Amino acid sequence: MNALKYTKDHEWVRIEGDVATIGISDYAQDQLGDVVHVELPEGGKAVARGDEAAVIESVKAASEIYAPLSGEVIEVNGALADDPSIVNSSPLDEGWFLKLRLSDPGELDGLLDEAAYEDFIAGLE
Amino acid sequence: MDQARRDRGTSDEILRTPLHALHIELGGKMVAFAGHELPVRYPAGIIAEHRHARSEAALFDVSHMGQIALGTASAGEELERLVPADLTELRPGEMRYTMFTDEAAGILDDLIVVRLEEGWMLVVNAACKKADLAHLTRALGPGCPARALESRALIALQGPSAEAVLARHAPDCSGLVFMRAAPMKVAGIDALVSRSGYTGEDGFEISLAASEAEALARRLLDEPEVAPAGLGARDSLRLEAGLCLHGHDIDLSTTPIEAGLAWTIGKRRRREGGFPGWPVIRRQLEEGAARRRVGVRPLGAAPAREGTEVQDLEGVPIGRITSGGFGPTLAAPVAMGYVASAQARPGTPVRLIIRGKAREAEVVRLPFVPHRYRKPESERRKGMP
Repeated sequence: MNALKYTKDHEWVRIEGDVATIGISDYAQDQLGDVVHVELPEGGKAVARGDEAAVIESVKAASEIYAPLSGEVIEVNGALADDPSIVNSSPLDEGWFLKLRLSDPGELDGLLDEAAYEDFIAGLE
Repeated sequence: MDQARRDRGTSDEILRTPLHALHIELGGKMVAFAGHELPVRYPAGIIAEHRHARSEAALFDVSHMGQIALGTASAGEELERLVPADLTELRPGEMRYTMFTDEAAGILDDLIVVRLEEGWMLVVNAACKKADLAHLTRALGPGCPARALESRALIALQGPSAEAVLARHAPDCSGLVFMRAAPMKVAGIDALVSRSGYTGEDGFEISLAASEAEALARRLLDEPEVAPAGLGARDSLRLEAGLCLHGHDIDLSTTPIEAGLAWTIGKRRRREGGFPGWPVIRRQLEEGAARRRVGVRPLGAAPAREGTEVQDLEGVPIGRITSGGFGPTLAAPVAMGYVASAQARPGTPVRLIIRGKAREAEVVRLPFVPHRYRKPESERRKGMP
């Protein structure tokens, strides 16, 4: 499995060919607390990097998930509708949000590797 | 992370409660709330803490709330000039939920008033503490000085196991019914114990010297039924219980009648008035208010947050959500807000505009979760709220 890349908005990205799977980091799920609802985009929707792609609701508040890359939504994680707490219990695996077919692979250069992301969140403490 | 220390020395100093070190030790995630640093949750998380309060007993630090002493037994009559509750009927050990109103019948703050043998005690919201003290001093004059009890802590123990737990340390607590208070020793510590709280559950609030608070909190947390709970669970519990949060569900723009708090206005006060905003309240009691606070249940999974617009089925705005989130007991979103009185009947279908999309919802009767207060038999039959 390919190594995860991260954004400073606490999303992770896993690249397989021209498809990126996207979720939120363990740090992000811990900061949010209990996730009670996830609103995902329609399949087929085109998103540009920085667009609002999904919304995650904890008990306390709603947070936007911004598309870390540009592309077309080809699949969303339907399991989150039945049990959004998967985002807490398995943020990097079963708690994925959506898959994008990338339109601009050059955007990958802007992502952080795991070590750089760990440094980034260490600076937030 | 250490917001409190960073803010020291500024005019908006963030205060620590006497249980601050214990919160940190328990892994509390600390946030600033009404000028105090308090745990929003512990490692268990809001949902688990909430459910623990409904199933066993949860311990809350509510030391940020303002405790105010009114030194003379006759202060009740003077206090009646500021609130619509009937206070002169109270005997020592009895207490009332009431509110400070202004001339337009807006709500300056909601509070608890306790009649003691030797005087009165008020418990007010942290954010309103200073303004309430000024209001009291201005209105009651020098003959009836209100005094902030700065060196006292307040611990709430809430849930169906609260009595069994507290009785191990204070057997007399079992003699209290809902909204009664008495001084007693708790684990050997002098305290004022009341059978009250803001979760909808049976439970107690324990006022004691700040210096003794951590020792008592540890004794209670050592009991197998007790788990700590933070502000997040306190908020979701009171929302399920249909209880108002000042600054959100009630404020200067809402009257007690609109808020569904007419039950707090004593019978004698309805005849005599004599409190700020009485002409407005009398008119609303007679003619009804134009809008009402109601429960709103979103039919989908998306919570409706504070500020969400409420529309009728034709898309006409009829009100706004004032508190909304997720109700762990119902495992579904819950909300409350104000709607036009014509649409306030339970069962009325409405729409909520969440992120630009209309979502189906329904007006429902409050509370979402039935109260489980330990009321005396006589009041249970009357079906008081």
